[in-house]
Amino acid sequence: MPKINSPTGLEDLRREILSKRDPNKPCITLCSGTACHATGSEKVAVAIEKELEKQSLKDDVDVRRTGCHGFCERGPIVVIYPEEICYLNVTPEDVSEIISETIKEKKIIDRLLYTDPNTGEKVVYEYEIPFYKEQTRIVFGPNKNIDPKSIDDYIAIGGYSALSKALFDMTPEQVLDEVKRSNLRGRGGGGFPTGRKWETTRNAPGEPKYVIVNCDEGDPGAYMDRSLMEGNPHSVIEGLIIGAYAIGSHEGLIYARQEYPLAVENVNIAIKRVEEYGLLGKNILGSGFDFKIKVHRGAGAFVSGESSALMTAIEGKVGEPRPKYIHTSECGVWDKPSDLNNVETWANIPLIINKGSEWFTSIGTEGSKGTKIFSLVGKVNNTGLVEVPMGTTIREIIYKIGGGIPGGKKFKALQTGGPSGGCISEEYLDTPVDFDELAKLGSIMGSGGMIVMDEDTCMVDVARYFVDFLCDESCGKCVPCREGLKRVRKILNGIVAGEGKEGDIELLKEIGNVMSKASLCALGKTAANPILSTIRYFRDEYDAHIEEKRCPALVCKDLISYYIDPERCNACRLCLKNCPADAIDGEKKLIHIIDQSKCIKCGTCFDVCPPKFSAVKKISGAPVPPPIPEEKRVIVKAKKAKGGKK
Amino acid sequence: MDVEKIDGIIDGYVDEEGVLIQILLDIQRELNWVPKEAIMEVSKRLQIPISQIYRVASFYTAMSLTPMGRHLVQVCLGTACHVRGAPKILNKVENTLKIKAGETTEDMMFTLRTVNCLGCCAMGPVMVVDEDYHGKMKTSDVNGILERYE
Repeated sequence: MPKINSPTGLEDLRREILSKRDPNKPCITLCSGTACHATGSEKVAVAIEKELEKQSLKDDVDVRRTGCHGFCERGPIVVIYPEEICYLNVTPEDVSEIISETIKEKKIIDRLLYTDPNTGEKVVYEYEIPFYKEQTRIVFGPNKNIDPKSIDDYIAIGGYSALSKALFDMTPEQVLDEVKRSNLRGRGGGGFPTGRKWETTRNAPGEPKYVIVNCDEGDPGAYMDRSLMEGNPHSVIEGLIIGAYAIGSHEGLIYARQEYPLAVENVNIAIKRVEEYGLLGKNILGSGFDFKIKVHRGAGAFVSGESSALMTAIEGKVGEPRPKYIHTSECGVWDKPSDLNNVETWANIPLIINKGSEWFTSIGTEGSKGTKIFSLVGKVNNTGLVEVPMGTTIREIIYKIGGGIPGGKKFKALQTGGPSGGCISEEYLDTPVDFDELAKLGSIMGSGGMIVMDEDTCMVDVARYFVDFLCDESCGKCVPCREGLKRVRKILNGIVAGEGKEGDIELLKEIGNVMSKASLCALGKTAANPILSTIRYFRDEYDAHIEEKRCPALVCKDLISYYIDPERCNACRLCLKNCPADAIDGEKKLIHIIDQSKCIKCGTCFDVCPPKFSAVKKISGAPVPPPIPEEKRVIVKAKKAKGGKK
Repeated sequence: MDVEKIDGIIDGYVDEEGVLIQILLDIQRELNWVPKEAIMEVSKRLQIPISQIYRVASFYTAMSLTPMGRHLVQVCLGTACHVRGAPKILNKVENTLKIKAGETTEDMMFTLRTVNCLGCCAMGPVMVVDEDYHGKMKTSDVNGILERYE
C-alpha cells in the first residue's frame, strides 16, 4: 500500500473503505477481549466461520473479532449487525442455530437474549440493555465496532481525522491551547491537568523530548487501560502523535505490561500499520512532522507504574521511583524532558481535537470534565467496564448500571482507587464521583477501579489485603514505606488472628500518618488510605475483632469455626467425602459432626453442602455447640421425610 | 543451556539503549527461566556487571531465577477475586500440591504463583493453568482441574 501523503489522500482512502462496505450486509461481531477470550470466544468465532462455510454464506456475512464490549459478566458476547441483536453467554453449540435462525430467517433466539432480572423482560438490542443504556461511551464506545487489528476499521469510523486536523489546520500552540481549555485531567489517578503537563515538557530545555503512554496498569481489579489498548490501540496512538506535535517531540514510548500479551500484540500490529499508511514515521501525511513509536514491555512491578519509576524501567534499570524536586516532565527518560500520560488520557485527545474543548467541557463537573471509564467488579451483578460522565453518583453506577448486589445481599462498601484508595460506606452512596469529591471522603478516584463489597466482606481483612499487596510491591528504597508497611502488616495480621489489643488502632493511625507524610513516592504516601478509611467508616468491625475476638462478616479464618447444624444435616456425606483433613465424622443416615481439633477451616464443607440443606454454618465470637449425643445422631426415616419437606 | 540462543536474543537488540529488561524477558520466554549462565552471557556481551543484572532479574516478577514446572498454576488474588473467596482457593491448591505460592513441586510438574489481577474480574475467583482460564472457582473444583494435567 502506498503511503498517504496528504489530508485529502486520507479522506479519499476513508471514502474508498466506506464505499466497499455495505451497511446492510449482515456482520457478526464477537467480543475478543481477555475476559471473553477466557470464557471461550475464540472457539465461538471458529465455529461461526465453519458454520458460515457449511451453509454457503461465507461471502454474504462478515465476521469481526472486536475489542472488549465491557459487559464481561455475560461473555462471550455476539452482536449481529445491522440490527444490533445481542446474544450473551454464547457457546459453540449455539452457533448453527444463530446462523440458520437469526442470519437466514431473521428470527430472534430468545434464550440467548439479556433478561432483565427485575422485570423478566427480554432485551433484543445491545443498546437497550440497561447496562449500556445508562452509560456515555465516548472513549470506550468504538471498541465494539472495530477489529483492533484492522486500521481500515478505525479509519472507517473517522480515525486519524483529528491528527490530520491538528497537523494541517492548527499550530502546535493551538493544539496545546485546545487541550488546556478542555481541562482534561490525567486518568491514571493523579488528576493533574494534561495541558499543563504538556506545556512544561514543551517549554523545558533539552532535546530530544519524549512522549510516553503509561499502560502499566497495576491496580488489582482495574482493567480499563488494557481493554482500550487491546480493543482500540489506534485511538491511543493517534492521541500520542497529536500530543507529540503539540509538545515538539519526535519519539514516543509505549510502556505496556508483559502480563497483557494481547495489548502488546495489538499495539505492535497497529504501529506497523500506521507506519505503512504514512501516518507515523517521517513526514507524516506530508506535513513535514516526523514521529516514531517504540513499545517497551514492563516486567511486572507495581511501583513501576509511578512516573519516575517507569522512566528508570524504560532505561533498562530497576524500576524504582526517585524524589521529584525536578519533575519528570522536565527531566525524565535519559534525563530528557518526558511527558507521561495514561492510556485513557491519550485516547481522549483525538475527541477533544475533533469536537473541540467546548464540547468536552459540557460533560462532567466543575472540576472534572469529560467521562471516566470505571471497572466495576466484586460483589455486583453486572461486572464490567462502565463509562459515565464525571459526577455520576456511586448509587447510579452500582444499582442502575451494575444491577445491584447479587443474592439479595446488603451493600457494605465501595473500594475505589486501588491500593492507594479507600473504602466508602453506604451513607455516601449519593456522592457524585469525580477527582475532588472522592478525595473529600478519604479515598481517590485513581485509575478507576471500583470494587463493590457486600455484608460478607470483612473490612479489616480488606485493609490487611491491601497492606499485604503493598508490602510485597514496596520497592524498599525509602524507610517510611518499607518499614511502616511491615509494622502495619504485623498489627493487622494480629487483629485478624484474634491477637489484637487495645491501642492497636491508634498505633495504625499514627504509623499511617507518618507514612503519608514522609514516604518518597505516591505508593507510600497513599499506602495508609485503605487502613485509615476503613478505620474511619468501619471502626466497629475493628473493635469486634479486637475486643470480642469476633469477625462480624465471618471471614477471618482464625476467628471462625465451621459447625454442622444437626437439625439441617441430611447425612448426604458430601462434606465428608470432600473434607481434605478427614475432620468430619458420619455415615449414611448418621448426622455428621466436625472434629474441631482436626478442622483446617478450608471451607470446603461449607461450599459443597447443598443449598437446600445449608447445614454447614460459620460461627464467630461464640463457642461451638457441643456435638449431639450419639443416640440422637441416627436419622430415622420419618424424620428425614419431614426434614426433606422443610 | 544453549549459548547460541542467548546470543541470538541479544543480537536482536544491537545498538539500542536500555534493552536489559527486554533481553531478560525474551530469555525468560525462550527458556522458561533465567539461568545463571544466561546472566553471565548477557553480562559479557552487554558489559553490564552480573550484580546489576541479578538485581534487575530479582526485582521484576516476570523473571524466574529458578527452573519452573511443566505447568504454571496462577491463582488470581486481585481485589475482586479476593472478596469472592480467592484466598480459600489458594489454600486449597497449596494443600493439594503440597507447596506454597512461589514454589515448584518436586516432580517439576507444577509451579504455583499468585497474581494481582488478570483483568477478568467477572469470572472471579479465577485460576489459570498454563493458558486455560477457570472461572467462578469453588474449592471443590480444584482437584478435578489439576488432575487433568500431566
